Amino acid sequence: MTDNRFFNRSEFFGILVLAVFLVVVLPLTLDVFRLNLVAKYLTYAFVALGLVICWGYGGILSLGQGVFFGLGGYCMAMFLKLEASSVENTKIQSTPGIPDFMDWNQITALPLFWKPFSSLTFTIAAIILVPGIFALIIGTAMFKRRVGGTYFAIITQAVAAILTILIVGQQGYTGGINGMTDLRTLKGWDIRPDHAKIVLYFFEVGLLFACIMIAQFVRHSKLGRILVAMREKEDRVRFSGYSVANFKIFAFCIAAMFAAIGGAMFALNVGFMSPSFVGIVPSIEMVIYTAVGGRLSILGAVYGTLLVNFAKTSLSETFPELWLFGLGGLFIAVVLAFPNGLAGIWGDYVQPRIDRLISSRKPKPDGWTDSSVADGAPAE
Amino acid sequence: MSDEANKGLLLPLRRKLLMGMAALPAITMLPRASFAQAPATSAVNTTGLAVTDTEVTVGILHSATGTMAISETGSIEAEKLAIEQINAMGGVLGRKIKFIQEDGASDWPTFAEKAKKLLVNDKVAAIMGCWTSASRKAVLPVMEQYNGMLYYPTFYEGLEQSKNVIYTGQEATQQILAGLNWIAKEKGAKSFFFIGSDYIWPRTSNKIARKHVENVLKGKVVGEEYYPLGNTQFNSVINKIKLTKPDVIFTDVVGGSNVAFYKQLKAAGIDLSKQALLTISVTEDEIDGIGGENIAGAYACMKYFQSLDNPNNKTFVPAFKKMWGEKTVIGDVTQAAYLGPWLWKLTVEKAGSFDVDKIAAASPGVEFKGAPEGYVRIHENHHLWSKTRVGRAKLDGQFELIYETADLVEPDPFPKGYQ
Repeated sequence: MTDNRFFNRSEFFGILVLAVFLVVVLPLTLDVFRLNLVAKYLTYAFVALGLVICWGYGGILSLGQGVFFGLGGYCMAMFLKLEASSVENTKIQSTPGIPDFMDWNQITALPLFWKPFSSLTFTIAAIILVPGIFALIIGTAMFKRRVGGTYFAIITQAVAAILTILIVGQQGYTGGINGMTDLRTLKGWDIRPDHAKIVLYFFEVGLLFACIMIAQFVRHSKLGRILVAMREKEDRVRFSGYSVANFKIFAFCIAAMFAAIGGAMFALNVGFMSPSFVGIVPSIEMVIYTAVGGRLSILGAVYGTLLVNFAKTSLSETFPELWLFGLGGLFIAVVLAFPNGLAGIWGDYVQPRIDRLISSRKPKPDGWTDSSVADGAPAE
Repeated sequence: MSDEANKGLLLPLRRKLLMGMAALPAITMLPRASFAQAPATSAVNTTGLAVTDTEVTVGILHSATGTMAISETGSIEAEKLAIEQINAMGGVLGRKIKFIQEDGASDWPTFAEKAKKLLVNDKVAAIMGCWTSASRKAVLPVMEQYNGMLYYPTFYEGLEQSKNVIYTGQEATQQILAGLNWIAKEKGAKSFFFIGSDYIWPRTSNKIARKHVENVLKGKVVGEEYYPLGNTQFNSVINKIKLTKPDVIFTDVVGGSNVAFYKQLKAAGIDLSKQALLTISVTEDEIDGIGGENIAGAYACMKYFQSLDNPNNKTFVPAFKKMWGEKTVIGDVTQAAYLGPWLWKLTVEKAGSFDVDKIAAASPGVEFKGAPEGYVRIHENHHLWSKTRVGRAKLDGQFELIYETADLVEPDPFPKGYQ
């Protein structure tokens, strides 16, 4: 049934609906403040998208995606911070021209590894490559030794913890627990006013769709089917002559790069970066977004992220002291009642009806939920 | 016109102040009707803030959830108490204060998001909020971009000054220098051992303390150690203390780490009635967790203790306990948070307007005589003139006042010679 195009009819339809929702409906109905919040939520959607490939298709549960989100975000933030720390802006410091937190920590010259980040080209390359290479190293070290499953998840947690401690401890170089705050301009373009937020929002949505296309491509290519096969029966794939480790490393690296793009967009949209996105808790939260959306669904990841974050914001605005309980209850309810998340609800209840309405033919309900695969049926 | 308006306001201001003092004990029982004729909204609010003819909205932005909730709850309670008392006296410029509370959730980006929401969506006239330096650093650009007014309660590291913030806590020099002078004189202390949590506030505070010890007191710092936030293993540093035998242990360990630190110190046989220890991070709130028996004898350098013996405090403490329960304790920051709404009210009345620009300009010189810590006044640099006090921890978790500076100490967020 699956073909080698990027997407089938119902998937195309789904992407179109999402595009209309993000590009037309939200900007027309929300004010700039709320739209900027959506932009913040969508930065997590990049991470969730990566998790769909890595966890949903590849079966590799990473509980350390915050590491890559953080690396991407910090690369972007370093560039923005350098630009905000011109000699003129920082003349009250003992050493003008370096970021304020370095001055507070008695550092008197810009550290060597900061210097390349004054170039935007280098920064953009670093946003993709630093997390990519880091994922490659972790992935190679783990998967080549056939470390997988729970052990891999635990190790990714450890990496998240280590990186947080490193960032907090090296505050002269990283801003410590305060993070890098007060980011102002990108190549002289002020990222703070309302019109800049709108431009950033559309740019981010564009990037998100580019990533969705890449994810769709991976999913529909032979590669995607090998990933699924690996998840279902790793040994069989290995005995068929495939290098399982390489495919896993690939999926992990893609997920890391997506997360890093999200992190970089976060730094641009929110105007700062802090270690609170790197640690264990945010990493697990990102997995929850994917789980709520449905870990097998590329578009579900986006909706899941939006839904959870909307709930988080509106619950905390309404019940500032009790909202965490509400949110916790929501997660438990979703996971208990709908193990395949939002996408599962859609695929099981809504999609078949729409299909029946549209045509008298009765297509197999394998829309963007991939429920046939989820049931353990063979991929082809 | 503005002259007239100012003159018209001065009198009610003084009267309100006096009546405020007189009314303090009876506040919770006797709500008072508004007595000043409320000026027209169009005159006192030219920038579209949430001010109506009868109400003005402010924001409260602290962590009600997460690791910081334990510290910030006291601030939330103090701010609500102050708002209730101000409303009982007739509000601000004839308007009742309504507050919108948002949860920063111990997460710095959330603080920035919520601050923006309060300013942009709710158009609050002022925000009482933030606690950690990290949350303030996250919120500061938002306050400056959208021209808000933040009343920040925590003692902090200094090196900051903003038109859009009033710092109601002490900056580092105000908190540290007088305490060090006192202990050097009183105990003849020459050698100091610094222990702190590893982030900007302890690092900056210790930097200032080191310069003061070395350059002014001509003493010696025999050790300086930092531990990650939340650390619970202090045995190695306790061994170093035993080896170096400093005259004074100077600590700025924060949060839950304190519990482990003082328990291990006691277990290692260091008796705080013989070994002088000066902390700038333990208030009555922390002792609640540490346990009075583990810390009794230690000196803390603050500007407020719950046990302060003055008329203002004698009405403040019962009012606080009446509202929030007999068991609550009031620490330094809680008191500083209580000052926020009051200082804002007094400044609004001085400026005769809710406009942020006018409040920022009118703030220097505003004095609050009803402060539980005693008289305070806002300095040109938006920090408070206040006294430095040294207290000694007792078994029951309270502090006994040992020393206070004779005069108010001038705030100096960018101290020359200490950077």
